[in-house]
Amino acid sequence: MTGEYIAFFIFALMAISGAVLMLNLDRVIHMVLSIGLSFIGVAGLFVLLKAEFLAFVQILIYAGAITIMMALGTMMTSQHKEDKKLKRKGHTIFAILGATIIGLILLNGIRTTSWPNEAANLGEDNVIEIGMAMFTKHVIPFELASLLLLVALMGAIVLAKKESDK
Amino acid sequence: MVPLNAYLAVGAIMFSIGMFGVLNKKSGIIVLLSIELMLNAVNINLIAFSRFGFYGNITGQIFTIFTITVAAAETAVGLAILIAIFRNKGTISITDLNIMKR
Repeated sequence: MTGEYIAFFIFALMAISGAVLMLNLDRVIHMVLSIGLSFIGVAGLFVLLKAEFLAFVQILIYAGAITIMMALGTMMTSQHKEDKKLKRKGHTIFAILGATIIGLILLNGIRTTSWPNEAANLGEDNVIEIGMAMFTKHVIPFELASLLLLVALMGAIVLAKKESDK
Repeated sequence: MVPLNAYLAVGAIMFSIGMFGVLNKKSGIIVLLSIELMLNAVNINLIAFSRFGFYGNITGQIFTIFTITVAAAETAVGLAILIAIFRNKGTISITDLNIMKR
């Protein structure tokens, strides 16, 4: 039982410290890499929640694809100085205030609610359960998701390509 | 067994950090990353409820798959928009994108 607690604290620390590092580092590329640490920590939390398939998906898509794509985007847009120019003081104060209030409301709600204690039985094999549910109950959202990915792919190409033929 | 509210607390903290990043950061890429952070917090909540919720079942994980799909599409299109903006204006700083204000 204590091993699970230790793993939880390590992964939660990874997730939150990656996010805090993203706010505090100076260069954009370091921020992108530190958010990768956060994504890996979240994948570890998924493993602790018995969602192994989603942990793999998280590492493949977030820690792999999205982080690398953001790093490439950073290189292509060459932003070296992130926060060098004038900071609007009032804006920062209001941003801190808003985020803190939202966080405190959420944490207070979590603290005061009485949650169920027993874990649900999600089956022996996570992948089989997900496949059965996805291809029986959720077929139409699945097809719509593939359509969305196709549209996003074409839209990204159209938006990012050079308009040379005009 | 780690209780449900520990996972929910991690999700809430990550959501607040992501929200602060969206509101305060200047670089467009970091704003996109903060949005991804908020979506990740939501994913933690969905999976935690799928295991420890009142009627825990596999549907939370299915929802998470769709969330990840939408987040990947959003990242691709957002990055394409940022590259187009950079080509036209030479910067992706949020504070310089004020053409509608003038």
